[in-house]
Amino acid sequence: MAPQGDPILEVRDLVKHFPLTQGIVMKRQIGAIKAVDGVSFDLRRGETLGVVGESGCGKSTLAKLLMALEKPTSGSVKVNGELVDVHKGSNLKRFRRNIQMVMQDPYTSLNPRMTVGDIIGEPYEIHTDVAPKGDRRKKVQDLLEVVGLNPDHINRYPHQFSGGQRQRIGIARGLALQPEIIICDEPVSALDVSIQAQVINLLERLQTEFGLAYIFIAHDLSVVRHISDRVAVMYLGKIVEIGKDTEIYDKPSHPYTQALLSAVPVPDPEGRESRERIILQGDPPSPANPPSGCRFRTRCWKAQEICAVEEPLLQIRPGTDHESACHFAEVHDVVHAS
Amino acid sequence: MKNPSVDTHLLPADSGSIGTEPLLAVDNLHVEFTTRQGVARAVNGVSYALNAGETLAVLGESGSGKSVTAQAIMGILDMPPARIPKGEIRFRGTDLLQLSEAQRSQIRGQQIAMIFQDALSALNPVFTVGWQIAEMFRVHKGMSKKAAYAKAVELMDRVRIPAAKQRVNDYPHQFSGGMRQRIMIAMSIALDPDVLIADEPTTALDVTVQAQIMELLAELQRESNMGMILITHDLGVVADVADKIAVMYGGRIVENAPVHDIYRNAAHPYTKGLLESIPRVDMKGQELYAIKGLPPNLLDMPTGCAFHPRCPFRQDDCVTDVPALHEISGTRSSACHYWREVLDGTAG
Ligand SMILES: Nc1ncnc2c1ncn2[C@@H]1O[C@H](COP(=O)(O)OP(=O)(O)OP(=O)(O)O)[C@@H](O)[C@H]1O
Ligand SMILES: Nc1ncnc2c1ncn2[C@@H]1O[C@H](COP(=O)(O)OP(=O)(O)OP(=O)(O)O)[C@@H](O)[C@H]1O
Ligand code: SF4
Ligand code: SF4
Ligand SMILES: [Mg+2]
Ligand SMILES: [Mg+2]
Repeated sequence: MAPQGDPILEVRDLVKHFPLTQGIVMKRQIGAIKAVDGVSFDLRRGETLGVVGESGCGKSTLAKLLMALEKPTSGSVKVNGELVDVHKGSNLKRFRRNIQMVMQDPYTSLNPRMTVGDIIGEPYEIHTDVAPKGDRRKKVQDLLEVVGLNPDHINRYPHQFSGGQRQRIGIARGLALQPEIIICDEPVSALDVSIQAQVINLLERLQTEFGLAYIFIAHDLSVVRHISDRVAVMYLGKIVEIGKDTEIYDKPSHPYTQALLSAVPVPDPEGRESRERIILQGDPPSPANPPSGCRFRTRCWKAQEICAVEEPLLQIRPGTDHESACHFAEVHDVVHAS
Repeated sequence: MKNPSVDTHLLPADSGSIGTEPLLAVDNLHVEFTTRQGVARAVNGVSYALNAGETLAVLGESGSGKSVTAQAIMGILDMPPARIPKGEIRFRGTDLLQLSEAQRSQIRGQQIAMIFQDALSALNPVFTVGWQIAEMFRVHKGMSKKAAYAKAVELMDRVRIPAAKQRVNDYPHQFSGGMRQRIMIAMSIALDPDVLIADEPTTALDVTVQAQIMELLAELQRESNMGMILITHDLGVVADVADKIAVMYGGRIVENAPVHDIYRNAAHPYTKGLLESIPRVDMKGQELYAIKGLPPNLLDMPTGCAFHPRCPFRQDDCVTDVPALHEISGTRSSACHYWREVLDGTAG
C-alpha cells in the first residue's frame, strides 16, 4: 500500500539523556549519556520507515520514547496531530492503543508461564472496551489465524513454539488493539534465514490489509531496503541521513552511510576481488562525550577543520532529493547490499 | 594411516598435505547426545576437507550441527553426554579420535585453534587481556613472564589494537565488542596454528566492525597460509571470503561445492531455498521466497530425506529413502535424489 495523507506520527527534536552518576549513597550526576539527541521525522499511514545504525546509536531508545516507555528529556511526539503527554493517564492510554511494539527476542519477550491466548489477549485487560470478556477468545483465535498460526493452539505455552512462531505470537499481540503504528525493534534478527522471509512477508501482508505504518529497526540492510519506503541512518543519537529507500541506497551522500553500505557483504561472489570497501577505523565514540561539531568526524576520511567547529544540519544537499547532515555531502555510488 | 602412538609434534608442519591427504579431513562423523527425552543425533555422517591456505565456509540452519562438528574437531565436547559412535577426523593424515587426551591437548591451540562466537564470555573477566594472551606462551612454550608479555603486546599490535602497550593491562570489560573479538583472535593465532576454526566470529557485531574483523582474518591467513573453517549463517560473508562451502541441514552435509558454483546454481533444494530467500533489489514490493515449515526436530527426524517435509521438489521416494551424498564433479556433491533436476531447473 502506498503511504498516504497527513502524517500519523510527528516527531520533533526528540532528546533522551540518561544521567551518568557517581557514588552509591550520595549520587551525583557527573554527565549524561546522549542516547537520542535531537531526532525529528514524520511517518504517514501505511508507510514503513527503516532505522539503521551501529549498536548503541540510540535505535531502541528512540523506539521506547515513541512507545512512551521512556520519558523524553525534551522534544515532542504527536500521534494523529495530538501531542502525547506522558504525564496524563487518559491521553497515554488512548495513545498506547494506537501504537504497539514487536520486540527483538522471541525467546525472552514472552512470559513463559502464560498461555498464548493470555499473552495475545493481555492488552484487552487494560483496554476492556476493545473486546468485552465474552468476545476475547474468538478475537484471539482470529488473531492467531491472521498471523498464520493454528487457532487451536490457543492454550499452548511459548516453549511449545519455534522462534519464528514465537515472533508471530508477538506480532499477533501487537495487532490486538488494532493500532495504526507498529514499532518493530529487530523483529527478525534472532531468526534463521529460512524463517526471516516468512515473518517479513507476514508484516508486509498485514500492512496492506490493515494500512499499518511501521518503524522498522534492523541491522540487516538488505532486509531494511526490502521493507522500507524511507530509511533513516542514525549515528551517535542523531539522524545523519534520511530519505526514500532508493535515495539512501543508490545515492548516499553522508560518508557514514557510504561506509555502512559498503561494509555490507554482497551475497554474490562474482567480482568480489574488485569490490570497493570503505573500512571505518576504530569504534564509535562514547555517547556520553560525543565529538564537537560533526559527531562522525573522528572516523571520517573527509573531515576538515569546519567539521570540528560547526555541526552540520540535516538538510537537502545538492545533487540529491533527501536530507543529509554533512558539510561536504556528495553522492558516491558505493557497491551496496543488493 | 591410523597410528594412535604418533607424536604429533613430529608431524610435518610446513607441508599443506601429505600426498593427496588434505590438511584436515572430517570423514563420516557421527555425534549423538544422550538426553532425558532420548538420543539426539546432532551430527549424522558429516564429511568435509580443508587444505592449507583455504577457507571452507560451513553454512546451515540453526541446530544443524555446525558447532558440534567444530567442537568434535577441537576435542572439546563433553563426553558424556556426547558420544562419537562413528567417523574419523584426520589431521595431516592422523585420526585425532584415536589419540590420547594428552596428545590432543598438544594439538589444541598449537595446531588447531578456535574462535568462539561470544567473545565476552570466552574471556576471563578477572584477568587482564595481556595476562590471558601471555598465558598461552607460558603454558605452551614455557616462556618467561617478561618474554610472554612482550609477545602479548606484539600480538595485540598484530590484530590492530591501538596503543597495545598501554592497553595490555586492561580487563576485558574495558574493551568494545569488536576489540574483544580481536583479543580472542590474538589468542587463537598466538601459537601459529595450521587450522583456525571461526564459529560465527562476527554474528554479534555491527557490519562496520564485521568488515574490520573479516579483513583482519583474511590478512592473517595470507601471512601464515592457515586453513580456515568459517561457520556462519550469513550468505553475504560467505560470498565474500569462502573458497568452498559445506551446507548443513539436520546434522548432515547436504551440499559441498566451490563458492562460485553454489551461488550460480544450487544443487540441493535447501541451498536453493536459502539463496532465494535473500531480499534482492528487484524483489522490492514482492513477496520474498520463504522456505515453508520448520527446521527438523533432532529427537524425531523425518524419515528418508530430512528436508522432505519442507521440500518443494519432493517425490515419493524422498519420504522413504535417505539420499546419499552424490558426487556431481570432483569438487561438488549433493545429498538429493534429484540433484540433476534441481541443477538444470527441471525439478518439481
Ligand atoms: N536505561 C539506560 N540507562 C543508561 N544508558 C542507557 C540506557 N538505555 C540505553 N542507554 C545507552 O544509550 C545508548 C543507546 O542505546 P540503545 O539501546 O538505544 O542503542 P541501539 O541503537 O538500540 O543499539 P543496539 O543496536 O545494540 O540494540 C547506549 O550507549 C546505551 O548504553
Ligand atoms: N550438550 C548437548 N546436549 C544435547 N543436545 C545438544 C548438546 N549440544 C548441542 N546439542 C544439540 O545438537 C544440535 C546441533 O547443535 P549445534 O550447536 O551444532 O548447532 P549449530 O548448527 O551450530 O546451530 P547455531 O547456528 O544455532 O549455532 C542442536 O539441536 C543442539 O540442541
Ligand atoms: S561534516 Fe565533516 S566530519 Fe562530518 S561527515 Fe561530513 S565531512 Fe565528515
Ligand atoms: S531428496 Fe527429495 S525431499 Fe530431499 S531435497 Fe531432494 S527432492 Fe527434496
Ligand atoms: Mg537496540
Ligand atoms: Mg553454532
